[in-house]
Amino acid sequence: MAESIRDKVAVIGMGCTKFGERWDASLEDLLVEAGYEAFEDAGLTAKDIQAAWVGTVVSDRTGQFLANALKFDYIPITRVENACATATDAFMNACFAVAAGVYDIVMAAGVEKLKDNPYTGLAVGGANLTSGVEPAVPPPVQFALAATRYAHHYDMPMEELKRILAKIAVKNHANGAKNPKAHFRREIKLEDALKSPMVAWPLGLYDCCGVSDGAAVAIITRPEIAKKIRDDYMLVKGIGFAVSGRQGLLLDDYDFVHFEENVRAAKMAYEQAGITNPLQEIDLAEVHDCFTITELLIYEDLGFAPRGRGREHVDAGTFELTGELAVNPDGGLKCFGHPIGGSGLRMIYEVYKQLQGKAGPRQRKNPQLGLTHNIGGRPGSFTCSVAIFGR
Amino acid sequence: MAGIVSYGAYVPLFRLGRGTAGWDAPTERAVANFDEDSVTMAVAALRDALTGMDPQSIDALYFASTTQPYAEKQSATTIAWGANLRPDIFTVDCTDSLRAGTNALKLAMDSVKAGSAARVAVVASDARLAQPRSAFERTFGDGAAAVVVGEENPLATIEGHLSFSHEIMDTWRPADEEMVRAWEDRFRLEKGFIEALQDSVSKSLQKFGTTPKDYTKVIFSAPDARAHREAIRVLGVEASQVQEPLFGALGHTGTGFPLMLLTAALEEAKPGDRLLLASYGDGCDVFSLQVTQDAARLQPRRGMKGHLAAKKLLPNYEQYLKWRGLHQPDPGVRRPAIPTPSATALFRERERNLRFEAAKCRACGTVQYPPQRVCTRCGERDKYEPVRLADRPAKLFTYALDYIAGSVDVPLVVCIVNFDGGGRALMTMTDRVVEQLEVEMPLEMSFRKLYEAEGIHNYFWKCTPVRA
Repeated sequence: MAESIRDKVAVIGMGCTKFGERWDASLEDLLVEAGYEAFEDAGLTAKDIQAAWVGTVVSDRTGQFLANALKFDYIPITRVENACATATDAFMNACFAVAAGVYDIVMAAGVEKLKDNPYTGLAVGGANLTSGVEPAVPPPVQFALAATRYAHHYDMPMEELKRILAKIAVKNHANGAKNPKAHFRREIKLEDALKSPMVAWPLGLYDCCGVSDGAAVAIITRPEIAKKIRDDYMLVKGIGFAVSGRQGLLLDDYDFVHFEENVRAAKMAYEQAGITNPLQEIDLAEVHDCFTITELLIYEDLGFAPRGRGREHVDAGTFELTGELAVNPDGGLKCFGHPIGGSGLRMIYEVYKQLQGKAGPRQRKNPQLGLTHNIGGRPGSFTCSVAIFGR
Repeated sequence: MAGIVSYGAYVPLFRLGRGTAGWDAPTERAVANFDEDSVTMAVAALRDALTGMDPQSIDALYFASTTQPYAEKQSATTIAWGANLRPDIFTVDCTDSLRAGTNALKLAMDSVKAGSAARVAVVASDARLAQPRSAFERTFGDGAAAVVVGEENPLATIEGHLSFSHEIMDTWRPADEEMVRAWEDRFRLEKGFIEALQDSVSKSLQKFGTTPKDYTKVIFSAPDARAHREAIRVLGVEASQVQEPLFGALGHTGTGFPLMLLTAALEEAKPGDRLLLASYGDGCDVFSLQVTQDAARLQPRRGMKGHLAAKKLLPNYEQYLKWRGLHQPDPGVRRPAIPTPSATALFRERERNLRFEAAKCRACGTVQYPPQRVCTRCGERDKYEPVRLADRPAKLFTYALDYIAGSVDVPLVVCIVNFDGGGRALMTMTDRVVEQLEVEMPLEMSFRKLYEAEGIHNYFWKCTPVRA
């Protein structure tokens, strides 16, 4: 029987750039900004790093760009790409290498430089030419398919679903406004979200996250080494990772009102961490709110709310900053922004700061367990990661 | 004797007409949607003609058009695949004249008579382009018709035929131009259509040993309504004998026109009726047909009547210009250009893309699109049979409206479609009215042109609401 990753790996230093339209910053600038914050946080230098995993979806190809930015000394570097879960995948593999005892201190980095192209949304394509007959459907449209079906499935008037989704956007904007590193730092009202221009019906502008530049970095070691470096290191309690083979697009009984990948990845992570009641046991969750409908489904898929009843918890304020389980206290993808290959580590950064009591105006009271969640792809075919952290 | 054993037609859903803002003609005409062309309309007309008939029983396909997408690359092959005909058949494109549709009918008749094919499908389709605001733009229409020619149980026998060539520059389109050109109106009418028609009809009747009075319906494809009225006068036929030319409803549909009018006449014909068909374009093809007892046995289909009745008015003329690529406003969104479709991938995916074939697992029965080597449900490898989704009823499982996709068909309706009998596909919806969309609404499949990139016209299936 394979062993769990629980308590085998510690995070001892982290860095995260300000996210946003970083016209001022290149890929190198972003990596130096996040990398040196992590070095300073851990009291280490590039010479202490024995291996690295760097995630990016579109910004570069091999591990060489990380070596170049941080001037690593011919160490092993693996470039990772796995949709929106890219950074968590890089982090997971760095953890596995440390847990295996192959290295003592390693780095996981995630970065994306999206705003050097002329497109307003994402411009992500495959490497090979295809027959081009499958509709080229941008992400908001893919996720809107789930929103339409959700309203139908639960016999909810679309106006009611839109109101619930708007409340999620309002919450994440309120949190983002408190975060100096967030892309969008403006509170919004329910009416703003409801009146926003349509992007992909039923999703409007405020149902969609930002497309941002940014990078985040973690330095990882074993707990016995971590103890010598700092007291407030963070322990990995579990990592679940589920990759789909298009089952939901191939099988006509897939319902589009839950994402099976969420359920599977969460199950793995909860089992490793020993979590049986996530709503009660987890203090904060950084989840992949690429669209408001995604966050609503995540509540239900990750067991924060029963099926079809996420809306009741939204109305009850369960997931607000001061609620029972704060979801996206740093503003989430919605407001912190979404540099695709960087987002997973940005989420881990917030959990790390919260567990250390360093989250400023967003600080939860004495949190013990935090969760991060990424999902990338489209309804019917996702890559999903769920990671759990504690002290 | 060779005859017509089946027929069908296709008229696009949309019309320019009274009520279309910016359309200044008092009459209506049919307009191909932005994703329709002569090939897609030909597939639709052929599928209509094959209602209740096995597509695999067709031995040859003659495609007639002046607006086929390629100068080099046969369109009949694409149409044959879209309509699910066999690969081991004779396919040919007949082109360059508005008579190409009846040219093909003559060739089909000869093939059947010669015994080289038992059943020949003839499909004629055109979407001709005219200068914005020109007389041609008002009188042209887009559409297609298909007839199946054979000797076994014909609905109408072709008892006589005669053709005449007539060398004249009255209307023409140079090979490197998009718009149809023409000489002065009086010359075109008098020395072109009227002279050729009068001469060829009278000589044909002599040969057939008939007089105009012998015909229940006289069908001729005049260039426009005025020419049609003039033809009735010079031929000396009664108004009641004349097949309604549909100028105010359909427009002149190019090579498809004579066969569309013939289809319309056959839909109304009774056993024993005699029909005279004369097409015009660089001469005339004249046919004498007699309707048989088998006419009543034809399975119901949309045909001309159904397609003409189920229509929607384009809200404004600007939309038409966008569809034809004559007016391209700044889309206001920046998306990457559509990449060239890979010819190698198109080749490998011919069955799934053009025939719209899914794979049905022989072990567990699960239908999967696109076809999978290993069954998603049960894990069996390479145990599947092809299932054509194109002809299956379907339902809208869920949808989204893409407002950032571009400017031609905003919002783009993206759908998850579930097919009766199993199977699911992600596809776009066309010919839709956004306000009428509903989860679980019934859908049907339509062969369309997705886009053109690097000179490759990429054809695939879209879903549409069921056409009333």
